[in-house]
Amino acid sequence: MTDFVNSLGIILFATLVYMTPLLYAGLGSCFSEVSGVVNIGIEGMMTAGAFTGTVVAYFVGNPWIGFLCGGLAGAFFGMLHAIATVRIGADQTIAGTAINMLGPGIVIMIAKVMFNSTDTPSLKPGVQTIPKLFAGVFDTSTVFGRFMDNVFATYASTYLVFAVALLVWFVFYKTRFGLRLRACGEHPQACETLGINVIATRFICVCLSGFLSGLGGACVTMTISTQFRPISIVGQGFIAIAAVIFGKFRPHGTLLGCLLFGFCSGLKVVLGSNSGVDMQLISMIPYVVTVIVLILFVGKSRVPAANGKPYIKAK
Amino acid sequence: MKEKKGFLDFLSDNKFIQTVISILLGFLVGAIFLAVLGVSVGEAYGKLIDSVTSLKGFSNVVVYAVPYILTGLSVAFSFKTGVFNIGAEGQYVVGSMAAAVTGILMPDLPKGVLIPLCFLAAMLAGAVWGGIVATLKVKWGINEVLSMIMFNWIAYYLSNFIAGLPAIHNDGSAEATKNISENASMLFPKEFSKAAGITNTANWGIFVAIAIMLIVWFVIEKTTLGYNLKAVGSNKFAAEYGGINVNRSILTALAISGALAGLAGALQLMGMGKRISIFSSQEGFGFAGIVVALIGCSNPFGVFIAGLFYGALMFGGSKLNLVGAPTQLISVIVGTVVFFISISVVFRHLKRLKKAPARDAQTGRKELASR
Repeated sequence: MTDFVNSLGIILFATLVYMTPLLYAGLGSCFSEVSGVVNIGIEGMMTAGAFTGTVVAYFVGNPWIGFLCGGLAGAFFGMLHAIATVRIGADQTIAGTAINMLGPGIVIMIAKVMFNSTDTPSLKPGVQTIPKLFAGVFDTSTVFGRFMDNVFATYASTYLVFAVALLVWFVFYKTRFGLRLRACGEHPQACETLGINVIATRFICVCLSGFLSGLGGACVTMTISTQFRPISIVGQGFIAIAAVIFGKFRPHGTLLGCLLFGFCSGLKVVLGSNSGVDMQLISMIPYVVTVIVLILFVGKSRVPAANGKPYIKAK
Repeated sequence: MKEKKGFLDFLSDNKFIQTVISILLGFLVGAIFLAVLGVSVGEAYGKLIDSVTSLKGFSNVVVYAVPYILTGLSVAFSFKTGVFNIGAEGQYVVGSMAAAVTGILMPDLPKGVLIPLCFLAAMLAGAVWGGIVATLKVKWGINEVLSMIMFNWIAYYLSNFIAGLPAIHNDGSAEATKNISENASMLFPKEFSKAAGITNTANWGIFVAIAIMLIVWFVIEKTTLGYNLKAVGSNKFAAEYGGINVNRSILTALAISGALAGLAGALQLMGMGKRISIFSSQEGFGFAGIVVALIGCSNPFGVFIAGLFYGALMFGGSKLNLVGAPTQLISVIVGTVVFFISISVVFRHLKRLKKAPARDAQTGRKELASR
């Protein structure tokens, strides 16, 4: 029983750590996709955010300023994507692919020149990294206390992401802007006839997707790992996109997708150290489980009708 | 009256010119970055050009280009048929592993049997990998982009798992598979490469790539199969109405696309790799295929040239360290090129706007008045 509770605590801790960046990026992706713009460049935006967040925190000494700047760096690449796809009407997949090359290319190049290495120096844990909330509140000498410590004494960015998820849900379904952005992804022409500025709405949404992805990237390098390396962001952006499709392009669905994925990754951590099964096979769990859950429970995900189609304003 | 072709028409109709301009702009942006970062532009670009224009350098470029050409053809084929094969990465990985297993476990087969067998194994593995995703889509309606992303990672760990099996794993200290049998190697004879002054990894792969390019072109442009696939790609509903089995078409398209990506893995392994390392991150041949297909306008011949271009950048880029320039310059250049290719539609819109001037209230009133 004790072992079980301990393991569960570790699994949940890993779940939260793993899902946080995915959820930031996934919520970002929701904005972009639901407003009708495919954003495959999430990965590149996350990398830009991870680097910028770490470097700013390193020089300024304040993790939150770094975190915010990480978001802004993501938003900058989001804006590039928006200019190409929303203003000019470029193919969204092509532009996103470009962002995925430009983001990492530019920041690693800067890292190389700044630090003479592709890695940034390490942040001072606890000072320059995002702090843990409720650290030391729980009595870790008892089993229950240790469990609570594992689960609730977690990074502030994790608490924040749940708040952001709630906020995004509220914006999507309870505000005028949310209604408009959903309409833009379904039938932009109809929106325009109703006087909704499709171009502006989409532009804002794509920038927001960049901002949130940047925050997600910064979470990766500013919590458990304390430095940016070229392999800091390896596929999380794509997993976030997968979580959004999994969640049927809804913020709450995305939350579930990220939780499932995070949980499987947490499972991986515990199973990897306890069972005799090959680590490589265990590492497949999150991906295999996602596919199985899709087949059994989720099924077809309806893509917003105008998703991926450039909207050219009629003259 | 015949309309005079203006500069704008020339730009908007000519994809080749757009690509060339994009490439020039890519190098320009790269130069700006170098200048801002205080690296000598002349030295960096000089090194880049030097390293790919010598005979030895160019032979390296060709060797580097082969897998990119194949993954490029794979993605281009999927584009033509209306599917976005973001799963080329995983198909490449399983293909390469299938070829490795074949080449390691059957070392004594003669060259003439073993090489085609490795190709076959790789193509089959890639086709199965693409086919699974297509089946998920056709049978359960599961979004192919999602499942491809999952299967890229499943392939990654599967390959690492197989590389760790006792029969496959390297006997020495290397974290990799055993070397494939000499009989599965496609290298030119050592003496020949030496005498000709080309790189010692020079191999037959490029000829396979040329053959595959021609076959892909033929299938897409000249066969009923290609016609059906293209029809589904351009309008699924119209194709279905016209009597084409859309589901089967998607399956076929992804299987073929997967086979091509799988073959890319085999060619890389049998040409220059010899063995597969245990990965620590995705190698990106499949993702590069997306870029190559885009630069090559999804046209088989274009993809071939784009693959060579990409190979040149990759090989040249690996030499940039020698002059103190960061190798990531290549990602910046390529990213910029792709970015400008994506926004080159702007010419078409400009032309449309010029041809059909905005009918605002002002011009409308004028028209009415002149009636």
